[in-house]
Amino acid sequence: MSLITTSVTRARTRGQGATSRLLRNPLGVASAVVLVLIVLGAVAVPFLGLPDPGVADLREALQASSTEHLLGTDSSGRDVLSRLLWGARINLAGAVLALMVAVLIGLPTGLVAGYYGGWFDSVANWFTNLNMALPGIVVLLAVRAVAGPSVWISMAVFGVLLSPSVFRIVRAAVQGVRGELYVDAARVSGLGDARIIGRHVVTVVRAPVIIQSARLASIAIAIQAGLEFLGLSDASVPSWGSMLNEGFRRIFVNPSLVLWPSLGIGLTTMALILLGNAMRDALEDRGSSASVRTGRTERIDAADEGRSSLLSVRDLEVSYGIGDAKNTVVFDVSLDVAPGEVLGLVGESGSGKSQTAFSVLGLLPDGGWISRGSLRFEGMELTTLPPQQRRKLRGAGIAYVPQEPLNNLDPSYRIGYQLTEPLRMAMGMSRQAAKERALDLLARVGIPDPEATFRAYPHEISGGMAQRVLIAGAVAGKPKLLIADEPTTALDVTVQAEVLDLLRDLRTESGMGVLLVTHNFGVVADICDRVAVMQSGRIVETGGVQDILECPSHVYTRTLLDSMLDDSGDVRVYTGPTEGEAS
Amino acid sequence: MTAPASLLKVEDLEVTYKGRGGRKFQAINGVSLAIRPGETVGLVGESGSGKTTIGRAVLGLAPITGGRIEFDGRDITHVSTRERRGLARDIQVVFQDPYTSLNPSMTVGDILAEPLLIQGWTRRDAYARVRDLLDRVHLPADASSRLPREFSGGQRQRVAIARAVALGPRLIICDEPVSALDLTTQARVLELLIELQESTGAAYLFVSHDLGVVRHISHRVTVLYRGDIVEQGEADQVTARPEHPYTQRLFMSAPVSDVAEQKARRRHRRQLATRGDR
Amino acid sequence: MSFLVKRLGSAVSLLFGASIIVFLMLSPAFGDIAFNVLGENATPEQAAQLNTELGLDQPLIIQYTQWLLGALTGDLGTSLYSTQTVSAALAARMPVTVALVVLVTLLSGVLGFAIGVAAAIKRGWLDRALQFIATLGDALPAFIVALFLVTLFAIQLGIFPATGYTKFSTDPAAWARSMTLPVLALTVVAVAGVAQQVRSSMIAVLRQDFVRTLRSRGLSETRVVLGHVLRNASTTGLTSLAVQVVGILGGAVVIEQIFALPGLGSLAVQASGRSDVHVVLGTVTAYVVIVVVVNLLVDLAIAWLNPKVRLS
Repeated sequence: MSLITTSVTRARTRGQGATSRLLRNPLGVASAVVLVLIVLGAVAVPFLGLPDPGVADLREALQASSTEHLLGTDSSGRDVLSRLLWGARINLAGAVLALMVAVLIGLPTGLVAGYYGGWFDSVANWFTNLNMALPGIVVLLAVRAVAGPSVWISMAVFGVLLSPSVFRIVRAAVQGVRGELYVDAARVSGLGDARIIGRHVVTVVRAPVIIQSARLASIAIAIQAGLEFLGLSDASVPSWGSMLNEGFRRIFVNPSLVLWPSLGIGLTTMALILLGNAMRDALEDRGSSASVRTGRTERIDAADEGRSSLLSVRDLEVSYGIGDAKNTVVFDVSLDVAPGEVLGLVGESGSGKSQTAFSVLGLLPDGGWISRGSLRFEGMELTTLPPQQRRKLRGAGIAYVPQEPLNNLDPSYRIGYQLTEPLRMAMGMSRQAAKERALDLLARVGIPDPEATFRAYPHEISGGMAQRVLIAGAVAGKPKLLIADEPTTALDVTVQAEVLDLLRDLRTESGMGVLLVTHNFGVVADICDRVAVMQSGRIVETGGVQDILECPSHVYTRTLLDSMLDDSGDVRVYTGPTEGEAS
Repeated sequence: MTAPASLLKVEDLEVTYKGRGGRKFQAINGVSLAIRPGETVGLVGESGSGKTTIGRAVLGLAPITGGRIEFDGRDITHVSTRERRGLARDIQVVFQDPYTSLNPSMTVGDILAEPLLIQGWTRRDAYARVRDLLDRVHLPADASSRLPREFSGGQRQRVAIARAVALGPRLIICDEPVSALDLTTQARVLELLIELQESTGAAYLFVSHDLGVVRHISHRVTVLYRGDIVEQGEADQVTARPEHPYTQRLFMSAPVSDVAEQKARRRHRRQLATRGDR
Repeated sequence: MSFLVKRLGSAVSLLFGASIIVFLMLSPAFGDIAFNVLGENATPEQAAQLNTELGLDQPLIIQYTQWLLGALTGDLGTSLYSTQTVSAALAARMPVTVALVVLVTLLSGVLGFAIGVAAAIKRGWLDRALQFIATLGDALPAFIVALFLVTLFAIQLGIFPATGYTKFSTDPAAWARSMTLPVLALTVVAVAGVAQQVRSSMIAVLRQDFVRTLRSRGLSETRVVLGHVLRNASTTGLTSLAVQVVGILGGAVVIEQIFALPGLGSLAVQASGRSDVHVVLGTVTAYVVIVVVVNLLVDLAIAWLNPKVRLS
């Protein structure tokens, strides 16, 4: 739970600290520096005293680098450095023009289509798809046939062709926000649409548009250079593409003529893309891959006496990351589950109860590992078991029922396939036998029409049905131990009661032990034999269910129980309107 | 003392959502209820019962296709954006999810000042009021300059409550305001809501799936099932001695933290199930 | 089935819309056809007479209808500079471009998926290396990569021909040699985008709850990753491949020019340079047809993989 909460918090982390994260990314900084240098060169070239880029002097043709011509001369004797920098002007200006057109068209249409939807959205979408189906350079060739070799017309048209990329991103971002409760709250506060868009929507759109702009500018530079390279633009204007065209014709004579404009184009496009990526990473705050590393479990000497024959956990410590980044979330947890017993693991969010359950399954999230302790299942030490054997235990030895039923079925496969696959693959049943067993199981967990559910996709069934399917899948391998992580939290109370009945009956029939993670003492009272209460990663109290509920010894357990609201106790009495103070 | 007139009156309300391809889904089929000034009416039901939709209809966030809603004697069934702005002073909301109900890129101070500034407050007065509000919901004054993500779920919900009471409304729609919170936090937030009601005299329409929570805060309770009211009455009666079979089933399904009592309920519920039958 | 009909309908509407837009865009050029044919020194009377003969004095809508009716029967007009019909020119050029695009799409699809999956599972240094190479490929225009390849393999090493094209039917081995560098240049660029997309959607799916549940059933890691995670991630991977196809076609225009391949691209470049309007219109239409057909195929593949798309 705590990990889920942390990742939610992290996903919402926007803006703040993004700049400092960007500055710590060496690739991002390098790209920014390269871009700044190229722009500076392009802006400053008229003042650098370089030879005129257009003046040809055949006597000076194809010279190597010298003090007069730092990068040598081309086949007409023109200064390469001068042409390179003047070319940068044209290519950067073309990209800026295309970008401006793309944003001017894409941003407002995306905002309107995303916020209001309806017919405008459909029409805009159709145009977007149409636009996306046209290869840009081909359209530009057609434009060239009509409008002649002007770079500006071509790049303005290319801006139109790029606008769907802006439109799509804006539209998606706006649609995401439109459903957010804070937009509803703003509406209730009396904000009109214009102010909601201005205050709440545009802020969300800004970052993705800036990131996408870097990408689009890179594409625009490549396309413009491509057109020039094809010899379809005004050859009298010095540009990277036309230099490339010229150099290519002499590539056997002097490959360096191709090198310089290629470097110009390549460095600029690459710097733009890398900068865009760095900005994206900074904004999304992706964790470093170091956190995925895990360490070795520290063994402990635990006495054998008092350990359950089914599941016995001693001094369990769960950590994320290693070294300085190590963050321990579960400390010294010891618990036992006997065959046929239901142990409730109770606590609030972040108490480490789910982490404890995942440790037993051997399925901690990425970066999580058991840093200390002993886990014993049917006398086998789990912490030293090779992954392959650990996997074989899952399903047949230890099974799992998750919290959110609909997120825990693969949306791409029919229910039947998902139930029979483990039976065939992990337990070696034949296709026919697996199907019969799956149908039996579906009937057993109380699904009214097993055949229909067998053929259904997950999105076609309700949450309650999905949870029954998951329970059927969990008990399919006749496990000795069932790990149920808040199995009824996402369900309505009436469905919850039925699912608890089902779990209780299955336990009685099969004699399996159950480790039930929950935050609800009502569920505990209903189904558990014993209870362990967790707080901040530690177990504070363990005991029989009656003892814990009636006379808890730990103050935290008492606080939890006192916070329960049920149908006893006083109700409020209405005594007529109270005089509210003026605001 | 004469019985006070209703502050909010909902009569034969119908809400119909348009689905894809013109398919229609009627979420509310003619619901009537009334709330008196300073009173809390609890609205209980399971998913798909329409309890949230009623709250959203009062706020103008759901498509009303029949019936009428009256606030303080005035018809507000369909009002323009401009009139809605006026209503914002009187009707406010606290949503379920404290994570998405606060704009993550705005500071708490800006979030709280927004409704005030819309109503024409000066920045100075608005931010003075923000300090007062933070105090009323027991958050430190320096919370104003911090972002929502720096707060826990319970603290965020306090911010959302502060935003709701900022304009001194006479009615607050509380849409499952404690469902996303931990047990101990839940109790404290409910205490805060009761405390604020006693000091400001605001009425609450309190939407929840949890009978226990509703009983704790409500004066009267309405039970919904698939868009219809099945039972309505005093909080104590509806939540402890329900009369309608559905409410009884709801009551018996909610587990209690007493082993013997829970065992009795389970037996009772199973009897109900075999008697009621499918 | 209704899904198929819907997809076909939208494909046809796209084709139709694209042809109208391109026709309208080119319409000012139709006015100049007479001068292009007769030369700059023709008198306005001569031009007007030719315009009447060619039907260019008719309203645009009639001209478009006539063009469309012709296009539906395979008649796309005639080049202004030769007696060759546009359809014949397209038929001669189409195989080169289609072969190029199909090879690059298949290659970048297979490689992109393989690289993306490997990077998502292994993470660590392999992931970072692949990420970096993918970013390079993503950032560089195909023609820059092509020029690099020409310099290295054709000029320095002399392994492959720098330019020129041999028909497959003439000499398959020589055909393969003439196609290798162009295919390589375009693949380097396209594979990057696909790999990035596959990697990030694999990582997103790996984080979903149902993956843990699948593992809890004792399924092997290979089955979980290839059978379930990849299948769910492949939708976005295929979509990005479809987007890449448009880019590949565009990149092929310049690549064909560099390697002197007689494809649609070099036809379009030539026609554009001398405002040969009918040929330009014909080639653009051919490109749109290719894109629409590829998109349709990808949509069908996605629907096959993802039941939600199919049923909604």
